[in-house]
Amino acid sequence: MRVVRLASETDFDGWRSAARLLRAEGAQPAQVLWTVDGGQASLFPTEAAKTRVVGAEGFKVSRTFVDLASRVALHRSPERFDLLYRLLWRLEATPRLLEIASDPDVSLALDMQSQVNRAAHKMKAFVRFREVETAGAGEAFVAWFEPAHRVTEATAPFFTRRFSNMAFSILTPDVCAHWDTRALSFTPGADPADAPAGDDLEAYWRTYYASTFNPARLRTATMVREMPKRYWRNLPEAALIPEMTRAAGDRTTQMVEKAPSEPARRIVRAAQRASRDAPFDGAAPTSLDAVAAGVDACRRCPLWRDATQGVAGEGPLGARLMIVGEQPGDQEDLAGRPFVGPAGQVLDQALAAAGAPRREVYVTNAVKHFKHEPRGKRRIHKTPDAPEIEACRWWLDAERRLVRPRVIVALGATAARSVLGKSAPIGKLRGQALQLEDQAQAVVTWHPAYLLRVPDAAAKARAEAQFIEDLKLAWSLAG
Amino acid sequence: MAVLDLKQKLSILADAAKYDASCASSGAGKRDSRDGKGVGSTEGMGICHAYTPDGRCVSLLKILLTNYCIYDCAYCVNRVSSNTPRARFAVQEVVDLTLGFYKRNYIEGLFLSSGIIRNSDYTMEAMVAVAKALRTVHDFRGYIHLKLIPEASVELTHQAALYADRVSINVELPREESLAAFAPEKSASVIRKAMGAVRLGIEAGKAPARKTRPPKYAPAGQSTQMIIGADGASDGEILARSNTLYGNYGLRRVYYSAFSPIPDVAKSLPAQRPPLMREHRLYQADWLMRFYGFETHEIIGPGEDLDLAIDPKLAWALRNRADFPVDVNTAPRETLLRVPGLGTRSVDRMIAARKLTRLTLADVKRLARNLEKLKPFVIASDWSPGALADRADLRDRFTPPPQQLSLF
Repeated sequence: MRVVRLASETDFDGWRSAARLLRAEGAQPAQVLWTVDGGQASLFPTEAAKTRVVGAEGFKVSRTFVDLASRVALHRSPERFDLLYRLLWRLEATPRLLEIASDPDVSLALDMQSQVNRAAHKMKAFVRFREVETAGAGEAFVAWFEPAHRVTEATAPFFTRRFSNMAFSILTPDVCAHWDTRALSFTPGADPADAPAGDDLEAYWRTYYASTFNPARLRTATMVREMPKRYWRNLPEAALIPEMTRAAGDRTTQMVEKAPSEPARRIVRAAQRASRDAPFDGAAPTSLDAVAAGVDACRRCPLWRDATQGVAGEGPLGARLMIVGEQPGDQEDLAGRPFVGPAGQVLDQALAAAGAPRREVYVTNAVKHFKHEPRGKRRIHKTPDAPEIEACRWWLDAERRLVRPRVIVALGATAARSVLGKSAPIGKLRGQALQLEDQAQAVVTWHPAYLLRVPDAAAKARAEAQFIEDLKLAWSLAG
Repeated sequence: MAVLDLKQKLSILADAAKYDASCASSGAGKRDSRDGKGVGSTEGMGICHAYTPDGRCVSLLKILLTNYCIYDCAYCVNRVSSNTPRARFAVQEVVDLTLGFYKRNYIEGLFLSSGIIRNSDYTMEAMVAVAKALRTVHDFRGYIHLKLIPEASVELTHQAALYADRVSINVELPREESLAAFAPEKSASVIRKAMGAVRLGIEAGKAPARKTRPPKYAPAGQSTQMIIGADGASDGEILARSNTLYGNYGLRRVYYSAFSPIPDVAKSLPAQRPPLMREHRLYQADWLMRFYGFETHEIIGPGEDLDLAIDPKLAWALRNRADFPVDVNTAPRETLLRVPGLGTRSVDRMIAARKLTRLTLADVKRLARNLEKLKPFVIASDWSPGALADRADLRDRFTPPPQQLSLF
């Protein structure tokens, strides 16, 4: 039997060098006894220390094992160093042992690691500082805390990052951490009496804790699971828990049974005055502002339900040229303006190439709400169907009546259908002036979104050229 | 009127804020106070500093700036027609409480909301002033969540998002028609537009840096809340609505808040006990959609409600028995994720381990929490459920006795 005496309960470096030596000389896990010798710093005084290091350089373990082992070493289980040595021993034969989380040793180590991680997390959560008097040099705080595992040294840097400019000490039975705003230091374990007895702000904290509790949702089991009772004695708010829990039932019953109270008369009178809102006016709009407001409130088809807003057209009243697209896309739906997304950029470039300034053109869509389908975290465009196009034509017709363009360009099949009143093959009809009933002329052409999708480079270049050509034609007709 | 002291104000304004379910302090990325003058850090993961007996986490100082409100939302304790006591914090009082609590390690930061006083912009400006003072005067690096007022100007919304880690706007009720009935001053369309503006702001903030890097815009994203059980919306409607909200506005979270009795109830929405189990099942279904590859229609139809007795994944598995049992040694990840009782972590560990060994039932037990639940649905090297998977009473094995269904 080989006896190893480590310098302290958290002496992971001592374990590591002893384990390396023992492993090199072939000491079986069952032959090694790991003990902690808190008093003396005498690391490793047994005969193993005198042994020559044989092949110690030849056996390497992964970073993953060192990370796991350094956390497991902080566990309060007396078996932890034994388990780690057993794992180290087995890693030689099975280098990928740690990937087998179902292995009993690995599973135990992973459980211990997660218990240590949880203890560290709860320390970040449940340390409660109390302010102490200082000799004038800024604020200083002291906490008394009892961690579930030996995580104080490992967790102290979290507090120094968070409270860099604040002097503090965290006292625990194992070890105490001190931060003076420049350096972190540790001293041996302390006693609860060494910490301050209270803090003026605790009364406010208790007030907050009691007020943020909803008695109608009593679920003490969840509370105890997340805030185990072992922590309660050092939490100033925990003393309130029994009374809050006891009174919860009566408070809820009172709320449920109590009849609704009458609002003050002053409030009722004000509400009556406020209810003189103008009802929704279904009559045809007489201004572009009225179109925009109407489109946003429109319920003529169900597309409004999943969209952000109705997007009306944009451009000057009396514009000679009107461009009608299909429907707002993802970006247009969020911004509330037509053609601001990728297709809008294609349109802007083409308009510039055709010599038609966008600010002189009225740009709108056949359908004013974005039709789409959620797919994971994105939304996928869907083509509007005939009843939706028909329902929304009411708005396009209103825009046509108000703007009175000489020429209307319909981009793509949906727009063509809405402008012409019937479905129209773009490939056949494009590139010519079509007469409309209201004296205006129409030109149909590709939708810019289509240009973005054409896969074949030659076909894409051809379609782009046609698109610019058609816009030129429309602009000259409007001239 | 009697003058309230700070403790009384805190009591009133924390009580008035507690119906908002969100208390998350996660997602803000890494920062700390080492190169600063004040206190504060965020390291990605949220921290719950306490739990109240309702089982909910206390992570942030969650308060209203004021509970005076000109709106009359029937479900809200702070509506203008309620006879609840009223209070209002001064900006400096909120700043002092936040810093005092933070330095004592009671909280991760501040979650500030407010009743609407005078008008939306006036109220939003006061809330922004608190966040601005914390960030610029005190160099506070902790977490700030600001509730946005949808009717406030876009300029104020953007300012709020530059000081806050997370912003949120509550859609309040799953059905837009109910919003008109119960919250007459609120407009679903205004709420949606404000969420859209936030998404555009977040995306513009993430765009590839030009010469000057834009300031961080709500790094922890945006969230929303729906009240469950106040209107007649079915679970199917609610989940379809969430799905749309996640897709439209890139939300981090949709919170479901069981409609809870309030001290001074409105006539149109009398008090009832909150449907806590329903709320729990909705969260489970929400998780399945976001992390387990389920489509909404697989979990639930439009007019349907979730089974309260068993969780939605188990309910799905029982409806689709032909897909089971699955072999833990060969099934692909997305199939394993659909096995009742298996979480993402267990599945990932299972996939890593089976490359090196054949998994037995004892191995599965060490990898998963709940062996009894998943036994009928899996095959391991030494286990096959046989007739167990086909038993007509399989559902009953998972159903607790009826009296445990109520959480009261």
